[in-house]
Amino acid sequence: MIKDITLGQYFPGDSLIHRADPRVKIILTLVIMTNIFLIDSYLAFAVFAGFIAMAVFIGKIPFAYTLKGLKPIMPIIVFTALVNIFTNPGILLAGYGPVRITYEGIDTAAKMSLRLVLLIMSSSIMTLTTTPISLTDGLERILSPLKHLKVPVHEFSMMMTVALRFIPTLLEETDKIMKAQASRGADFETGNMFERAKSFIPVLIPLFVSAFRRADDLALAMEHAAIEVEREEQG
Amino acid sequence: MSIKVTGLTYVYMKGTPFEKIALDNIDLSIETGEFVGIIGHTGSGKSTLVQHFNGLLKPTSGSVYINGEKLEGKRARELKRQVGIVFQYPEHQLFEETVYKDIAFGLIKRGEEENEIDKKVRKTVRMVGLSEDILDKSPFELSGGQKRRVAMAGILVLEPSILVLDEPAAGLDPRGRDEIFELISNLHKSNKMTVVLVSHSMEDVAKYVERVVVMNKGRIEMCGPVRSVFNKIDELERIGLAAPQITYLMKRLKEKIPEINDNILTVGEAKAELEKYIRKA
Repeated sequence: MIKDITLGQYFPGDSLIHRADPRVKIILTLVIMTNIFLIDSYLAFAVFAGFIAMAVFIGKIPFAYTLKGLKPIMPIIVFTALVNIFTNPGILLAGYGPVRITYEGIDTAAKMSLRLVLLIMSSSIMTLTTTPISLTDGLERILSPLKHLKVPVHEFSMMMTVALRFIPTLLEETDKIMKAQASRGADFETGNMFERAKSFIPVLIPLFVSAFRRADDLALAMEHAAIEVEREEQG
Repeated sequence: MSIKVTGLTYVYMKGTPFEKIALDNIDLSIETGEFVGIIGHTGSGKSTLVQHFNGLLKPTSGSVYINGEKLEGKRARELKRQVGIVFQYPEHQLFEETVYKDIAFGLIKRGEEENEIDKKVRKTVRMVGLSEDILDKSPFELSGGQKRRVAMAGILVLEPSILVLDEPAAGLDPRGRDEIFELISNLHKSNKMTVVLVSHSMEDVAKYVERVVVMNKGRIEMCGPVRSVFNKIDELERIGLAAPQITYLMKRLKEKIPEINDNILTVGEAKAELEKYIRKA
């Protein structure tokens, strides 16, 4: 039922990009993303688009997969583009009464959309070629100098690892509960928005109960494995 | 009510690198009033198979028939209602404030009348062996065994004519286990329900079901009366399953005492057979 959700959307492979150190990928992605915000000429956009296309090619990721990440934010892109087309003052191209389409409007809208698309695609490439666990690992190692400033980097990355680890588990659980409730007559697909939201109550309550149960079990297991010791020694 | 499955294939995550064939061209028919067991390893496809019985999963190819009618189109909704599936750990799906509301959930969804709902809920609670006092309690304050019964009642109250149970006794103590199977056995005998039991426990399957379907890697490996399936121990072991422990014991005993019958599936049968031998000796 919810198999279409690909969170932690790792796409298995053995390309150069897959094998690269996660730190390299994180830093490079950050650099690219910052640059996408700074550039302002179509030539620069073309260069970055080419670079990203190359990464997709080297990473041997099916093109459809990289576009999948764009789907959920498509409404945002369209909305931003429309707002920009209609609200920018400048050389009038077409207009009727208060509705004015200007050259500057189209220009900003195009750049804004390109920017958003490239941002999403560049971060998708990172998540598609790196397992969530090696991502957090990489993040921990990048941030490790902060340990000297008493920032609990290790604890944070442990929290992230645990959270990531439980996403598939909870998705599976959600799927199971939805099926169980559907078996006794629950209907998640018909009705208006309000009714559909309400129909998820029989899924959410059991899901919360089970998440707490799991958290409790995990906390107990971690305490037994003496994962807290480190903090006690420091404090 | 009967179930018939023809050429059923189901592929998980089709078109992705995670693609996996869960069911591979399954043909199976379950007759009205039968008690059928489905056994197999984790990942053999048994749960995937039963989820097709009430349309939770749609076949990648092939078809499912309920009582001779194809499970699709307009009639699908009506046909699905005939099949009640009790999932593993069904108590994990409880969510209402009171046991009453939880059991009534499906009936309310169907839009049945209030006094009709009341009648059915009370009848079902007694049927699963609980007292009516429990109806006003919160399902979360019950014991494990009680929760499981309440959850089963939530399915039974919908009066399905085919009941599918996925590991109904998992996680229960031996007594709770016996009680649950007693209940299922009763439903089969007195209410003439068609029952499909999915289980890992060879003992339970041997004790209660009439016919066994053995699944392995998405295919049906064997299918037949319990006794003939559990007699093929070598074949079962080859796919990582086994016969009930008592069957092994009786086979060992037969090596010493050739005159006893070793085609034994339950402790009860073994006891009778040994007593017969002792009396003769």
